[in-house]
Amino acid sequence: HPYAGLVSHLRTSWLSGRTRPMEYRVAQLEALGRFLDDKKEEILEATASDMGKPCFEAFFSEILLCKNELHQTLNNLGQWMKDEHVGKNLVTQLDSAFIRKDPYGVVLIIGPWNYPVHLLLVPLIGAIAAGNCVIVKPSEISKNTERLMAESLSCYLDNDCYAVVTGGVQETTKLLENKFDFIFFTGSPAVGRVVMSAAARHLTPVTLELGGKNPCYVSDSCHVQNAARRLAWGRFFNAGQTCIAPDYVLCSLEMQEKLMPALREAIAEFFGPNPRESPDFGRMVGDKQFRRVRALLSSGRVATPGGVQEMSPTVLADVLPSDPVMQEEIFGPILPIVVVANMDEAIDFINARPRPLAIYAFSSDSKVVNQVLERTSSGGFCGNDTLMHFTLTSLPFGGIGNSGLGKYHGKFTFDTFSHQRGCLHRNMGLEALNSPRYPPYSQQKMGLVTATFEIKRRGMCTIL
Amino acid sequence: IQEVVGKARAAFYSGRCRALEFRIQQLKALERMVKEKESEILAAIEADLHKCRHKAFIFEMVSVLEELALAIGRQTSWAAPQPVKRNLMTMRAETYTCFEPLGVVLITGTWNYPFLTVMQPLVGAIAAGNAVVVKPSEISENTAKLIADILPQYLDQELYPVVTGGVPETTELLKQRFDHILYTGNSAVGKIVMAAAAKHLTPVTLELGGKSPCYIDSDCDLAVACRRITWGKYMNCGQTCIAPDYILCHPSIQSQVVENIKATLQEFYGADVKSSPDYERIINKHHFKRILGLLEGQKIAHGGETDEASCFIAPTILTDVSPESKVMEEEIFGPVLPIVPVKSVEEAIEFINLREKPLALYVFSNKKELIRKVMLETSSGGVTVNDVLIQYGVLSLPFGGVGNSGMGACHGKHSFETFSHRRSCLVKDLKMEILNFYRYPPSSQKKVDFIKFAVFKQLNKSQMALVILALLGIVAAVVIK
Repeated sequence: HPYAGLVSHLRTSWLSGRTRPMEYRVAQLEALGRFLDDKKEEILEATASDMGKPCFEAFFSEILLCKNELHQTLNNLGQWMKDEHVGKNLVTQLDSAFIRKDPYGVVLIIGPWNYPVHLLLVPLIGAIAAGNCVIVKPSEISKNTERLMAESLSCYLDNDCYAVVTGGVQETTKLLENKFDFIFFTGSPAVGRVVMSAAARHLTPVTLELGGKNPCYVSDSCHVQNAARRLAWGRFFNAGQTCIAPDYVLCSLEMQEKLMPALREAIAEFFGPNPRESPDFGRMVGDKQFRRVRALLSSGRVATPGGVQEMSPTVLADVLPSDPVMQEEIFGPILPIVVVANMDEAIDFINARPRPLAIYAFSSDSKVVNQVLERTSSGGFCGNDTLMHFTLTSLPFGGIGNSGLGKYHGKFTFDTFSHQRGCLHRNMGLEALNSPRYPPYSQQKMGLVTATFEIKRRGMCTIL
Repeated sequence: IQEVVGKARAAFYSGRCRALEFRIQQLKALERMVKEKESEILAAIEADLHKCRHKAFIFEMVSVLEELALAIGRQTSWAAPQPVKRNLMTMRAETYTCFEPLGVVLITGTWNYPFLTVMQPLVGAIAAGNAVVVKPSEISENTAKLIADILPQYLDQELYPVVTGGVPETTELLKQRFDHILYTGNSAVGKIVMAAAAKHLTPVTLELGGKSPCYIDSDCDLAVACRRITWGKYMNCGQTCIAPDYILCHPSIQSQVVENIKATLQEFYGADVKSSPDYERIINKHHFKRILGLLEGQKIAHGGETDEASCFIAPTILTDVSPESKVMEEEIFGPVLPIVPVKSVEEAIEFINLREKPLALYVFSNKKELIRKVMLETSSGGVTVNDVLIQYGVLSLPFGGVGNSGMGACHGKHSFETFSHRRSCLVKDLKMEILNFYRYPPSSQKKVDFIKFAVFKQLNKSQMALVILALLGIVAAVVIK
């Protein structure tokens, strides 16, 4: 058991109580902030090496959004840690009833490669804030970032309570054999199942941030250029390697004809005539991903200028549901358009498939947007834009069904890594008030209980 | 079973249980069922557990009626969209979360409170707009049969089917895809349920068990403490997931504790416990034998009488119990109360922490500092100070375990949220595209500067008004110029 020693060491630190005091948690979080400041250039370089991540994108997603979460957490930690007093019933009126936020203990965070700093650090911020000891496992696929995290984090965080484990599938499998008190996983549904099965062996609760094909319905009545711009931005950010990227478009034939030139214009606006040379367009993370995505191109007809250039932003029109590009989450810079007759057909199309992480709908008619929202189910929903719901920390971020379980961001991360412990502190006195609950039970006692219950029914509290 | 689940799913997709009025109507029908079929329900529970009707009413039906009243009254507000705070980047958007149904939910009840463990979560699942497959425990067979009989008489038969049966039926059920599974039972089966759920990425709520410790400090009203403990321990013949499983106390007060409990037992059940209508029986021979086995080699300070024919085990107290003995290895789930002497609260805390995290933890003391220490240095599903069991009735407290004692929580609004998906919604319009300039490539220093400002300033309404005013002022100035 290669990691048993490490886990056991962290558990000993956990039992010592070191991570519990607020001052300790704040100090660790502030250190994480310094990591983001000190290592800014290294992070931008590492993500550029790993997947050609454009400077602006890396700054926005890997640094800025993380710092935002950090500030939010530091500003509110005191409040979040407080006992939450709850409503009491008749019998407990004189008592103290509250929910205490207890850390779980030793938790594991497994990160993916597409936003390798953000998707590891944001959960880590919540886990530290909640008072846990943490093992983080960055993705081996984004190897430069993995190295950076492994080498640097230990210089900022308390090494007795926080550790970085590196490695591939084999190492992760061995790691998962250990008992953790919580596991937070971001990745594919297939691996999500493996993680949850491993967790089941120890009755470890999990949060799984997975993925799927995020549909985007564009109705006939909308400002085409603005919609196309927002759509293209969301699709081609990080060269399409975003779990909440709009995966495919559903629209009418008429709208398809309008969207294609609008999308071409947006792409040209963003990346110039030769996107592969634009510093603002990312790259696929590796050969394997590149080949996988390229194979999807034999679908529909190409609607972008210059035909299909190796991994430049590509729009495919007249795509059929049976085409290769519609069989899996694309996770690349390809935007297929599937023609549907109307909104009802689009909704049926969406509902016939596994529930996605995000659903998008573009329309100048708010009724249309609401219809799509109300008649579908997804992790989150964004009307007339893409990706933006991810940036608001007051919105819980998570999937449903195949796209995941659990949620985080802002306070939701803190709550995810806390056990909500119900606490009741009673008075030892006034024992006489308890007598109706004790045997022997007589008809008279029953009458008293039912009578009190009737009174309480109106006020909704209980005698028990 | 595949057909039943399939029908429930089709019924869910028809959309009829999404409407709030429909859900309230079903909850009211359930309420009518509980009231109209009261005597049948109490008779079934009595047949299964030898539980007198008064007790069954108070401890099984009242909580269900409470949940129903709460859900019917509050459901509309629970299900209403909740607006959330915006930041500068999203200031023109509508931002909110809404609780949506998950789909088809599976609820498996257990035999010790056969009506309660099925009905209480069912209320939350219906209120959240799901279809629900109900699987009562086959061990409490009278209640299972009754539920299978009466539920379809009151509720929509396709949306809320009842499946009865034992291990083979449950195994088949677990192969189906559900959108949430609530399981109440033991940890061993809990692992099997979660493993089955993992295949479909189904979220689970596991209400399991464990050994709930009860620490009695020397500084407390011992008579009151012992009366409350006696009540909680021997209720339902010890077959309660949150019963105080064992006592930790200083050896000097051990005999006093025993005397107090004995006196209370006399008060509750009279001199001849066996003939008291208020004392239950062990559910079946299997558990009877199991509990009997735990008594081997133990110092019986009180009780110990048994009668296999009627599965009767008298309220029993064991003293000077060794931590390594069998009775300290598994959840007792019977009327046997071991007392393990410890020399200090530190020793008690260490004892508790060496074992799996329990569902409930009890402390009896007058000392605030001691209570604070126990709570801080241990982990458990819940904690109750100076009483037992009663936390179950406070519906605003989340009821659930941690570690081996379970995951997730129920009761009141917590059930509603457990059986819902909290969906984030951000809705904008297609205007004011200029405001998005900062995020589009090609990038520039100006854009970087703007985004730094935009992300770190989360504005409240008055600040936002000022910014908008300033922007309007700028626009007006430009226009006038």
